[in-house]
This record gives sequence, structure tokens and C-alpha cells, in this order.
Amino acid sequence: MTNQTPIAAVALRSVGKDFGDFTALKDVTFDIGDNEFFTLLGPSGCGKTTLLRMIAGFEATTAGTIHLFGDEIETLPPDKRPVNTVFQNYALFPHMNVAENIGFGLKMLGWSKADIDARVAEMIQMVQLGQFVHRKPSQMSGGQQQRVALARAMAPKPKVLLLDEPLSALDLKLRQEMRAELKSLQRETGITFIFVTHDQEEALSMSDRIAVMSAGEVQQIGTPEDVYEHPANRFVADFIGETNLLEAEAGTVDGQSVMCQFGGSSISATTTGAVAPGQKGWLSIRPERLTIGTALGEGSIPARIGQTVYLGTDTQVMAHLEGGATLGARMQNTLAGADRLTEGADIHLTVAPGAARFLVE
Amino acid sequence: MAAVGGGRTVSSAFAPIRLWLLLPSWLTIGFFLLIPVLLMLVYSFLTKEFRGGVIWEFSLAAYDQFLFDRGLFGDDPPTIQWTYITIFARSIIQATIATIMCLLIGFPTAWYIATRPASSRAVWLFLVTVPYWVNLLIRTVSMKFLIRENGPMNEALLGTGILDAPLQLINTDFAVQLGLFYSYLPFMVLPIYAAVERYNFALSEAAADLYASHWTIMRSIVLPVVKPGIIAGCILVFVPSLGAFLAPDLLGGAKNFMIGSLIEEQFKGQAGNWPFGAAASMILLSMVLVVLFFYARSQAREQV
Repeated sequence: MTNQTPIAAVALRSVGKDFGDFTALKDVTFDIGDNEFFTLLGPSGCGKTTLLRMIAGFEATTAGTIHLFGDEIETLPPDKRPVNTVFQNYALFPHMNVAENIGFGLKMLGWSKADIDARVAEMIQMVQLGQFVHRKPSQMSGGQQQRVALARAMAPKPKVLLLDEPLSALDLKLRQEMRAELKSLQRETGITFIFVTHDQEEALSMSDRIAVMSAGEVQQIGTPEDVYEHPANRFVADFIGETNLLEAEAGTVDGQSVMCQFGGSSISATTTGAVAPGQKGWLSIRPERLTIGTALGEGSIPARIGQTVYLGTDTQVMAHLEGGATLGARMQNTLAGADRLTEGADIHLTVAPGAARFLVE
Repeated sequence: MAAVGGGRTVSSAFAPIRLWLLLPSWLTIGFFLLIPVLLMLVYSFLTKEFRGGVIWEFSLAAYDQFLFDRGLFGDDPPTIQWTYITIFARSIIQATIATIMCLLIGFPTAWYIATRPASSRAVWLFLVTVPYWVNLLIRTVSMKFLIRENGPMNEALLGTGILDAPLQLINTDFAVQLGLFYSYLPFMVLPIYAAVERYNFALSEAAADLYASHWTIMRSIVLPVVKPGIIAGCILVFVPSLGAFLAPDLLGGAKNFMIGSLIEEQFKGQAGNWPFGAAASMILLSMVLVVLFFYARSQAREQV
């Protein structure tokens, strides 16, 4: 969901950060819309946390400007920026109980005791921690601490909420629950969320838009569907979800469609950039877009089944093409038909229309 | 607070061996620490022998002498004996001021060391402790030499024209406080360093993020979290300062007598009075124990 509000919640212009000789961020420019659930996604060391800390005010910029709803903020100290942060390991004040933690920001803002009490009660209600009001953080589980951190950051009604890998310390079940909860919290409150994660599943399931980052640069910005279906380059295709990446060469080009040669086989793929015949690049095919059939059909490739791995909901199949290339495919497990996938069996692979993508870089 | 070692449960599987491993410690502490203190307690209730030593005869004379003045022949109506109470009060004040000085200088020092890169912290800590490889007596004498009326400090101050008359430091209360401060500074720095080193600086960021100023972060986040280290440091400085006798003797002169010197005198040479020295020690010990007891109770209450 892209937002049409004229003033961006956060506007980054040519933002850069050097730590001595090391460039952590290079020329970052994009807008984050009001009410948006925006995710910074990338492997560790890609600069996503640095960018978040620069918006929060914990790191100074070495280049560029940051605007928050039109106000330039990059020179303000953190306590003068109307944004709040949920920290990776929560950073709850150990000597304060839940209510004191949540009320801390309000107290600093000079709210009256009555107003603080009312807002803290509201927040505690929101994160369902009623019976823990007087507990200290050390007496609570990770999931509960996470909720306190969330309530503490949201209590002062920030214009933008920054979340620094807030779910990474939780176990899988709890993490999945919290995803849904965070998403609905964002919807209900209408606060702009900027969420940092290295977990692509987390990013895909919660975000309105994702900025995929690598080596201090933004690789692609788009909706979860965009970045998954139409990756801009090899890094994005590889980082988001599973994919088959094959070295390929462009053949005949027809607008958005290009005939690709790889390892003795050829296939029609989509592309976004300008591609010239003979150009080298990468072919990306998602494993779940491959179907295994027995009969030769339109655009199908003959192959032989190699190793199969049973994964519960589906089975991963390695298919060896006649030309020597190997493609991974994922077949959903149904009660009937699993017996077809015996090693050494000859099959025909069909690529769903538009599922193969030719990437220049 | 986790920093003050709370009760830790050890698997019961280790119970039998634990008894044997702890036995040497129990015996040593019991024998060489507890028994001498008990001995002092007993001595304080005995009768004094004139050439030093005691006569094994129960007597409250030592405590009586400490608290009451019964006149030269012991038959006047008893009045409160202020001499020793004054010495005690002065000792408490001196030790308190020395502790505050150690805290004011020691906290920033410890903070600075703890916020250096991990690789250079050990060097800084070593530098802080270097002077303490020199004997305390030598250091105190050097301090006396440094601050005396025609010592190097005054000569420098006069020579550069900063002062017209020498600073009268020696034989003042301040000289004693300075001596105590110098004697025990590392005992303040080390525990605070340990606490600050464990401090999670994300807490400071979180507080700044929640609109707290630098000063507020220090006051309402950092200090409460590192408080166990500060209190440990204060106890480690205050307790030995209270009973110190080197600094008061060498730097304070006769009129700045402290408990330590008073007790020391009772056991030195023929003029001493062992039961009186023992009684003064017991009174000092009880005072320290009362303070520690209230501290421990307030900590226990905070844990809940």
C-alpha cells in the first residue's frame, strides 16, 4: 500500500554514514509514508540498524538530511525527536516496575500524574499485561518484556515508532503470534512503523513496503509482492525467499520478455531493465512455480528426478535437466501422487507463465 | 537487583562434595577471624593490668571509662565523658568526608575506565592500583612531605606567585581527609568500575529516546542501576577510614585524634589499657554492624 499523503512521515535524502574508513550507508534516499508499516530488510552488517539509529538520533549522519513530517531532525539529539524506539533486547529499566517503565517517557514529557496513570492503564490494557503492573522486568518472560517495551515506546504517542529487530529474541511460536499482533497494533493506532529485521518471512508477512538493503545501499523498495515476484537484482531474488539462480545468457528479446539460454536449455523469462541479445545475467525461478508432470507440454523441459526431501507441507525435489543444470522444485504434499517423485524417474518440468525472471546484475 | 549476589541454588547432586570443598574456608574464617573478635569481646569485660595485659576478673570498667567521667577518685556523681564520644564523632565525620571525596573522584574515574575499549581497560585499572604496591606508611609519609608548610607543593605555589603565604594543610582535618582519600581510593574505583562495566548502555539510549536529558539519565537510570557498586565502594572506603590510624597520626597531629589512634595507643607499650582498647573496638564494630544491618535490610526489601 503506497500512501499519497503529500508530506512523508520520514524523508531521507542522500543519507550517508562513515565509521572511519568504513562506509556503513551510502546515499540513501527514499520516503516513508504516514501510517505505513515500513520494513528495512537485509543481512547483518547491511546498514539497516545504523539507518534506524540515525532516525532515532543515536548516530549522527555524515551526509544528507532526514525530515520527519517536514521538519529537519538530523541534528537534533534523541530526546528532542518525537519518535520512540523498541530496542532489540528491550532495554527495560531494571529498577522500575512495568507501570514505571511505561510511564517514564510521559513523566519526561511533563505529563500530570493523573494523565500518566490514565495513559499507562490504557497501554497496559492494550498489551494485556494487567496482572503484571507491579512486576520488575527480571520477573517476566521474554514475550512479556517485549510487550512492556512496546507499550513504553507507544505511550508517548510517537509520530513514528522504530522497531529494532524486536522479535529476534523470542522463540518461533511467540514470534509468529507477535507478528500478527504488531501488524494489528499498527493498523489500530495508525502510527508509522519502521521495522528492522533480517528475517525475510517477518518482512513479507507484516510490511506495507520493504526496503531491501545490502552493503550500505538500498537494493529495492517495494511491496512484499513486488520484491518477491519482481526482484530488481540477483541479491534481492536470492535474499527474499528461495530461488533457483542460474547463470544465463539473453537470446531474442521481445519487450519485457526474453529468451534465456542456460546450461543447454532455454526458457522464456521476464525482465525489467533494457536487455540486449547476448547479454549475460542470472535466471531466477522460484521452486514453487515449477510443476512436475509426466507428459510433454507447452514450454515444458524434460528432466530426471534426483534427491527428494520431505518437508511436511511439501517436498523439495532436485530435478536434473538434460543440459546438465539442476533446478530445485517444491511440490505440495497431497495424499495422492507423492509416489511419482521417485529418484531417477523421468519427468517434465513446467515453469508457470511469468515465473522465470532474467536479472542483469 | 541482580548485581548484588542473590541466593543461587546449586544442584543438590553436588551437596556432599560441597561440604568438603568449603570446609577449609569455614575453618579458616571461623578460627582466625571469629575467634580473635570473640577474644576482644571477652577482654573488653576484664580488668586492666597496669603493665599491659589483663587480669581475669569480670569488669565493666572499660565501658564505664568510655562513657562516664566519675572524677579523679571515682566517687563524684558520674557525668558523660565527652572526650571519647568526641573522638568517635570526629572519626565518623572524617571517614564520611573521605568517603564522599572518594566517591566524587572515584565515580568519574571508574566511569572513564569502564567506557574505554575493552583492550585498554586493564591498563587503566593497573595504573589506578600502581601506587598501592607501595606500603601505606611510606605513601602517607610522602603525602606529609608533599603538603607540609615548606614542602614542594607550597614552594611551587609560592614560587609561581599563586599564593603569598604557604597553605596550612598539615595537621588539619583536611589533611587527614586527603590522606584517607588517597589511602582508599581504589576501593571505591574498583567496585564502581565493575558495576559500570556491566551497565547496559542501551538503557541510556532508551531513556534519551523517551525524552530524558543527560542529567536525568544519570540520576534516574544510571545511578540506580549501578547503585550496588557505589554502595559497595562506600562501605569499602568508609569502614577502614573509620578505624585508620596512620593518616590521622601522621597528617592530623595531636588534636585530630581518631578512633584508630585511640585504640592503637591502648595496646602500645606499658601505658596501654587492653580492656579499654578492646571496649573501644567493640563499640566501633557494633556501630559498623548496625549500619551494615540496615543496609542489608533495605537491599532485601528492594529485592521483593
